[in-house]
Amino acid sequence: MSLAAKDRRLGWGLIAPALIWTAAFFILPFLAMLALSFATMDGREVVRGFDPGNYVRIFTDPTMLGALGNSLEITVVVTVISVLLAYPLAAIIAFRVPAQWQRLALLMAVLPFWTSYVVRSYSWLLVLGQNGVVNKALMGLGVMAEPLEIASTRAATVIGFVHFFVMLLTLTIYANLIQLPPNYARAAQDLGASRWQTFTHVILPLTLPGVVTGAFLTFVLCIGDYITPQILGGNAELTLPQLIMLQLGRSGNFPLASALSVVLMAVVTLAYFASSRWLRLDRV
Amino acid sequence: MRVLSFLYLALAYAFVFLPVVVLVVFSFQDGRLPVPPFKGVTLDWYAKVLGDGDLMAALVNSLLVAVVSSLVALTLGFLAAHALARVRLPGLVLMRGVLIAPMTVSYLIIALGLLTVFNSLGIRPSLWATGIGHVVINLPLCFAIAYAAMGDHQKAAERAARDLGAAEWQVLALVSAPMLTAPLAAAFFLSVTFSWDEFIIAFLLTRFDVTLPVEIWSMLKSGLSPATNAVGSLVFLVSVTLVILLEILVFRRAK
Repeated sequence: MSLAAKDRRLGWGLIAPALIWTAAFFILPFLAMLALSFATMDGREVVRGFDPGNYVRIFTDPTMLGALGNSLEITVVVTVISVLLAYPLAAIIAFRVPAQWQRLALLMAVLPFWTSYVVRSYSWLLVLGQNGVVNKALMGLGVMAEPLEIASTRAATVIGFVHFFVMLLTLTIYANLIQLPPNYARAAQDLGASRWQTFTHVILPLTLPGVVTGAFLTFVLCIGDYITPQILGGNAELTLPQLIMLQLGRSGNFPLASALSVVLMAVVTLAYFASSRWLRLDRV
Repeated sequence: MRVLSFLYLALAYAFVFLPVVVLVVFSFQDGRLPVPPFKGVTLDWYAKVLGDGDLMAALVNSLLVAVVSSLVALTLGFLAAHALARVRLPGLVLMRGVLIAPMTVSYLIIALGLLTVFNSLGIRPSLWATGIGHVVINLPLCFAIAYAAMGDHQKAAERAARDLGAAEWQVLALVSAPMLTAPLAAAFFLSVTFSWDEFIIAFLLTRFDVTLPVEIWSMLKSGLSPATNAVGSLVFLVSVTLVILLEILVFRRAK
């Protein structure tokens, strides 16, 4: 056997466990779910078949369309706000904070990342609730007489999400900014560019892959999240994941839950193709 | 401009820390509700939480699932990264895509897919099922980190070891892995924290033996309580200690 053939056999042997795991516990389950999404319910029994009825229902039933719309709106708003807040934060840490303090500044900025994910949403409930810190403070200062209704609204969900994703995006954008050779900005300014022009023509285009990668991750994590809207948004309006969990729990309607998941995945795939030009997922 | 920058920095930190500070402060609340007014300091809630058998069992379950699933994910990811970085295989881009793909899929979908398969195979929800799901979500991360860290300078050392008669497993265990201690440790600790903190897969794939996030979730259902604050503060303390240890032990040494 030649050396190259031996090498190749070894290579396959090394990569096989990871590929088999991914095939068995990721690809196969997805295919099973796809098949199940075309099944129907007879009472509490799942009837296998090829019936597109679940998809028809998702795109005609106002509740389901509403959930899809809510999820999309919340996710887009959260992604945009998070990028707009995180970019300046990352830039200030990268360019204004002295080099020896940057690591600490970054570590501090993402510290709440390490609180439990379920507890993080709960903490916002304590801050935003009717008897929460914000309302008590505002009323104590005499700004308002009546407490604001923030918890159990979309605003609370958005605040909870933005809090988390600002941390994530600050990390990815900072990692990009710090890799920029300082000479680029200097060269642009020597050639007569203003600070704003330097930013829009040099720094922003060079950091775009980092921003888009972070924004894409935000989109994926946000649109698929159940906890944050469930704890902070209440049940006034449903998001797609909440609707999926509702199907699993109350009615045991696995086919409809599967169809909703396939739609969720399709939305993420669309987002992926929309941003794939700039995505660098293997270098997060 | 400078003043504005630091004002922004201060506001950002205030926003980031607000919920954490509120969480920790009201875990000491001497009263039934973790909201203002603050009635005084007590450690009763911590005593209650640490004496709660279900909660402690869930904590041990979480640690077990996190460590075991991260070790599996790290091993699989490291071997795959080694193969793709060192051997020229056909379909390289496709395989890299397949291994990274779970990163782009919501945990809820991974959980529901596994639940569907396990249901039809008659496999009951368990910690093992949850662990399998956690390997799925952490494998792309471990693979990506290991793959990105494999540079050409290690290639020479590996070739030298092979020329001197080392078997491939010896090259992997005695040369490649030790040269990548820092990134592999980082991948491992990141995986542990992701698994330790993961909710939806654990929620759908466990039944009687639950993990900590699922147990906390069931605590939330009975309303606001300083006990939940105490659990949250303890989890935060443990995670932050881990992060600081990682920072000191791994990254300081790597420099």
